[in-house]
Amino acid sequence: MSDRVSVAKTYKLYIDGKFPRSESGRTYPVTDSVGGFLANASHASRKDVRDAVSAARKAFGGWSGATAYNRGQVLYRVAEMLEGRREQFAAEVSACEGVPTAEAMSTVDTAVDRWVWYAGWTDKIASVLGAANPVAGPYFSFTVPEPTGIAAVLAPQSSSLLGLVSVLAPVVATGCTAVVVSSADRPLPAITLSEVLATSDVPGGVVNVLTGRADELGPWLASHADVNAVDPTGASPGARVDVAQQASGTVKRVLTVPGDEPDWTRRPDISRLRHYLEAKTVWHPKGT
Amino acid sequence: MSVWEYAPAPESRDLANLQPNYRPFIDGEFVDGGGDPLKSVNPATEEILAEVGTAAEPDVDTAVRAARRAFEQVWGPMPGAERAKYLFRIARLLQERARELAVLETLDNGKPIKESRDSDVPTAAAHFFYHAGWADKLDYAGYGPDPQPLGVAGQIIPWNFPLLMLAWKIAPALATGNTVVLKPAETTPLSALVFAEICQQAGLPAGVVNIVPGAGDVGSLLVRHPGIDKIAFTGSTAVGKEIQHAVAGTPKRLTLELGGKAANVVFDDAPLDQAVEGIVNGIFFNQGHVCCAGSRLLVQESVAEELLGKLRARVSTLRLGDPLDKNTDIGAINSAEQLARIRELTASGEDEGAQRWTSPCELPERGFFFAPTVLSGVEQSMRVAREEIFGPVLSVLTFRTPDEAVAKANNTPYGLSAGLWTEKGSRILWLADRMRAGVVWANTFNRFDPAAPFGGYQESGFGREGGRTGLEAYLHV
Repeated sequence: MSDRVSVAKTYKLYIDGKFPRSESGRTYPVTDSVGGFLANASHASRKDVRDAVSAARKAFGGWSGATAYNRGQVLYRVAEMLEGRREQFAAEVSACEGVPTAEAMSTVDTAVDRWVWYAGWTDKIASVLGAANPVAGPYFSFTVPEPTGIAAVLAPQSSSLLGLVSVLAPVVATGCTAVVVSSADRPLPAITLSEVLATSDVPGGVVNVLTGRADELGPWLASHADVNAVDPTGASPGARVDVAQQASGTVKRVLTVPGDEPDWTRRPDISRLRHYLEAKTVWHPKGT
Repeated sequence: MSVWEYAPAPESRDLANLQPNYRPFIDGEFVDGGGDPLKSVNPATEEILAEVGTAAEPDVDTAVRAARRAFEQVWGPMPGAERAKYLFRIARLLQERARELAVLETLDNGKPIKESRDSDVPTAAAHFFYHAGWADKLDYAGYGPDPQPLGVAGQIIPWNFPLLMLAWKIAPALATGNTVVLKPAETTPLSALVFAEICQQAGLPAGVVNIVPGAGDVGSLLVRHPGIDKIAFTGSTAVGKEIQHAVAGTPKRLTLELGGKAANVVFDDAPLDQAVEGIVNGIFFNQGHVCCAGSRLLVQESVAEELLGKLRARVSTLRLGDPLDKNTDIGAINSAEQLARIRELTASGEDEGAQRWTSPCELPERGFFFAPTVLSGVEQSMRVAREEIFGPVLSVLTFRTPDEAVAKANNTPYGLSAGLWTEKGSRILWLADRMRAGVVWANTFNRFDPAAPFGGYQESGFGREGGRTGLEAYLHV
């Protein structure tokens, strides 16, 4: 039996449901934890940021306007696809993060379960955060949460899959659309996740994934007038200040995140969902 | 038909119990501030009402330290049920002194006495009453068991609803266990300093509430003070952006309630007379000094002429004049600066091609007044359709289809409020879903209640005030 030469994958960006290279033509080598070559990843540029934001804006109306039940089903479908690729994700997590395969597999399982957890929130969060307001007058007043718009997510640098899922799933569960900057040195699981999204009925543009440097792309995303919310998790401490300052230009919602990357295996709460939701209060008179 | 003129019915200014001097309130005492005193002016007469001491940097520092001490030693450790009783006391004291506060507010701000009497002061009391009840029920607010306060809140409020904005800020902060340092607006500091006296009468522990009058420089000191855990600001979008920039990269939490350019959308099936009342309330309430004012009227083309006719007729009946007169509908513009801005923007509308109609009402000889004005034929590109005028000026645009109404209504970087007028229930709910705004009033306008969350999308700010949702702004969540 002859040794078969494997078919190597070209890792590209994920924008508007397609897999383009960076328009800049830039790439950077990705290595495993001991320096072995894994791939040449696309090094996203400012133009890629703009393309991704405009794709996210285009997708926002449809995704936010879909029923919560429908979004839940689509996101659950993503979990099904993730489950089917457990081995591939485990191999990439293991290579990127330098952890043994068994530990990587456990991380992947947690990530899949995390995605399922958020998928189930789509049609429940409104009843938890919404209210019928007991106002002092003949009015029906109610408050409902609505997606804030486009989220720029600087994904964690260390946890290449579980961290990514933990910051991305709450964005799309609320009905927001996302532009994600993956971990710079560990981008492979993010691109493979894009392939999962592309085959899971998630409309193109709902999630856009850029590989590159969060510190470089983050301030551009934060200054883009069509972005509504920012998660600075993956930026360095200095860049986080820059991102937050840029975000003030159009009053973006900037998530408060801990200084160091948290333990992503801990059970999440709904604070990330809340960050991407606006409360809308509607009034109507009562009368005959 | 004979016309029965209204006889003057002025409320007595003596009720305001005006003092010649007011001073900052720090650590439970009125103290001399180190800043240059400011003179608060009655915008309806341009007379000086009182001299008000302002805070300098050391005073702000003392106030923040006092608030910290009160937070750590008294207010933070106090059981919620006990905090609640102080808030209930404050609510009652506001009700008891309602007439005095209403007259004072009208003198200092220029708003009609019927608004300060029927809206500002009672709603301020309601906010304390509502939030008092939350103080010992925070476990049930949905932020997990035993949610913790943030600490010391620096709060900066505008001049359009001086006492009410104070209540919106202080009541939830105190209910959740925070202490506050509040800066009232430069042109309307008086009711906040009477509120300080109410805190004394309520026996509120020293340092829990501190009031530091002054201009933007005092606000800036608060925003940059390292001893402050949270900034809550209501005011212009431009200043809001500066504040967000200033706190970027610090651990300070922030909520912003900023400007707006709300669409008030009238469909051809709307009851037009009722809609006219709502439009008038939407833009002329409080001289249009309202961040959620319905300043862009979007009317369906087929009823535009009819509606404009009815609107002009109704606006012609609005009585402009002495804010202390109980018959007055439109009071004074709060300051000469604001009046100049309204004039400039309105003129730009004319220059850009809008048709101006102004109510033929007489303007008093003294004071800052601007007659109710309707600009029709406004296009989306004009400044009067894009910029917040913050005055009694309505810009009228038209639309043909519901989709066009939605597109035009949402064509703004703001997103504070929206109004909808149609008899069709399904259309109301369809539109309400599509308005990118934090508050949607359908067949009504300018309804406020402490139980109903209020706040904006996009550049109208973030965070909510009121309701269970509003508690989040002052809790570690």
